[in-house]
Amino acid sequence: MARSSIISPGLRRSLTGITVLVLVFVYVPLTLVVVNSFNIDNTFGFPPPGYTLHWWQVAWESQGARSALWTSVKVAIAATVVALLLGTLAAMALRRTRFFGRNVVSLLIILPIALPGVVTGLAFQNGFRTILGIQLSLWTIVIAHATFCIVTIFNNVQARFQRLGGNFEQASMDLGAGRWTTFRLVTFPMLRSALLAGALLSFGLSFDEIVVTTFTASSQDQTLPIWIFQNLFRPNQAPIVNVVAAVLVIVSAIPIYLAQKLSGSQAEGLTASP
Amino acid sequence: MHQLRRLDDGLDRGEGLTLSIIDRRPGLRVGLLLTPPMLWLGAAYLGALGALLITSLWTQNDFTGNIERVWTLENFKTLFTVEVYRTITVRTIGLAALVTAVDALLAFPIALYMAKIASPRAQRLLVIAVLMPLWASYLVKAYAWRGMFSADGPIEWVLQPFGLNTPGYGMVATTVTLAYLWLPYMILPVYAALERVPDSLFEASADLGAGSVHTLRRVVLPMAFPGFVAGSIFTFSLTMGDYIAVKIVGGTTQLLGNVVYDNQGAANNLPFAAAVATVPIVVMLGYLAAARRTGALESL
Repeated sequence: MARSSIISPGLRRSLTGITVLVLVFVYVPLTLVVVNSFNIDNTFGFPPPGYTLHWWQVAWESQGARSALWTSVKVAIAATVVALLLGTLAAMALRRTRFFGRNVVSLLIILPIALPGVVTGLAFQNGFRTILGIQLSLWTIVIAHATFCIVTIFNNVQARFQRLGGNFEQASMDLGAGRWTTFRLVTFPMLRSALLAGALLSFGLSFDEIVVTTFTASSQDQTLPIWIFQNLFRPNQAPIVNVVAAVLVIVSAIPIYLAQKLSGSQAEGLTASP
Repeated sequence: MHQLRRLDDGLDRGEGLTLSIIDRRPGLRVGLLLTPPMLWLGAAYLGALGALLITSLWTQNDFTGNIERVWTLENFKTLFTVEVYRTITVRTIGLAALVTAVDALLAFPIALYMAKIASPRAQRLLVIAVLMPLWASYLVKAYAWRGMFSADGPIEWVLQPFGLNTPGYGMVATTVTLAYLWLPYMILPVYAALERVPDSLFEASADLGAGSVHTLRRVVLPMAFPGFVAGSIFTFSLTMGDYIAVKIVGGTTQLLGNVVYDNQGAANNLPFAAAVATVPIVVMLGYLAAARRTGALESL
């Protein structure tokens, strides 16, 4: 390989070694969670004295875990729908237009994810309860989640606009299509995969969120992360929590696979980083 | 143009009339598109942040638990004068810096390997390998380290033959866990920055007599710097606001996030929580301003 010649063999070897070590560091804890879900010992002694499927069966029947999962899915879908709408509108507005507030708008979109979760969470809780006098509910969670999900859609749509430019839409308009027809037949199909990748990321972000959620959820609303957190320290629930955790580790491969299919390659569309 | 448009069907015919006004006034178009997101983010979110700052200047009635809208600096006085809050503030900022340093050290070699050594195929697989843990639940990853550090977990198992023990739950476990949690946020921007360093620069540096290590220090590192700055914004901010991971693996360790969390809710002191929450805001704004000054953000 030609490119290897730019780095000396010695350095090359040490970089390879460190890379392997970092990957081990990344994957050993996740593997442990999956292994422990089969651990016969309910205090997770290592190495496991024996293996069982018992905990998987118990977890499957756990009412708490099931209803928390459903709550999380509902919240994530609702937050994603709102984010899709607002993120796309914002990206369309900032496209091709230079105006004085442009940077302010981008900053405002990034802010909810750049500020620590406790700040966003407490700001919303204080806003809802102290200022507006609203009871916390599933809807308050959705509002808070949608706020930090907008950036995922915005980034994806903006990147797509930058890549494809406006020629197709211009052509469509020149050929007599109106704005709406152009949006429906040209702009939207052009954005579809970017929207899907953004929505996937937004769903994942909301589904996984716990800090902002604890501040904006009432005591009755249990999303899956809240359920996990509340049962984490209960010894008799620990094996069930561990199975749920193992499932989440395994399931996390699905969005990676989908996003890879959607965006072809590279990190575009997969990271929340602005 | 307008005649052509009138040939168009249904919806568009109506649109042709109203939208032609929009066509002539791009400012109006931008305004219409921006109104919903700006109402949400500008009015609701910024409004909530503003209200948080105002609330930090109010006080709470100790007997009724109600918030009294009386202006006072009492909360900030408590925050700055009570020893324990000062310790926690310093500890949180120190931890954020430490976690950022650890992540930068771990990210550089793997990002360099990904950008300059790996074959295109391996490169793609490595990006996936680095991204995948981002999708695994935050809570699950913190929980995984609780298992790693537990008294009869794998770390104890590995160390015991050497007469050592697991450090248990505390600052060490918290640092490792947080560095682990935010590592992908550092690897990806550094990798993106290194990808842009042309191979010819390595050759030029070598031709001019620099060894590999010298080239890394004098040529590659400065060019990767914007990537480190971008990554550090995430690692720093996320650590400043964390209170869940520290509860899971930190034992009795307290961070600013814990103080905020413990003071919110009906029975507690929301104005004081609000005052504490201004610390991460101020620190992050300072950090962002410093990052801007380095000029690293523009070259991203």
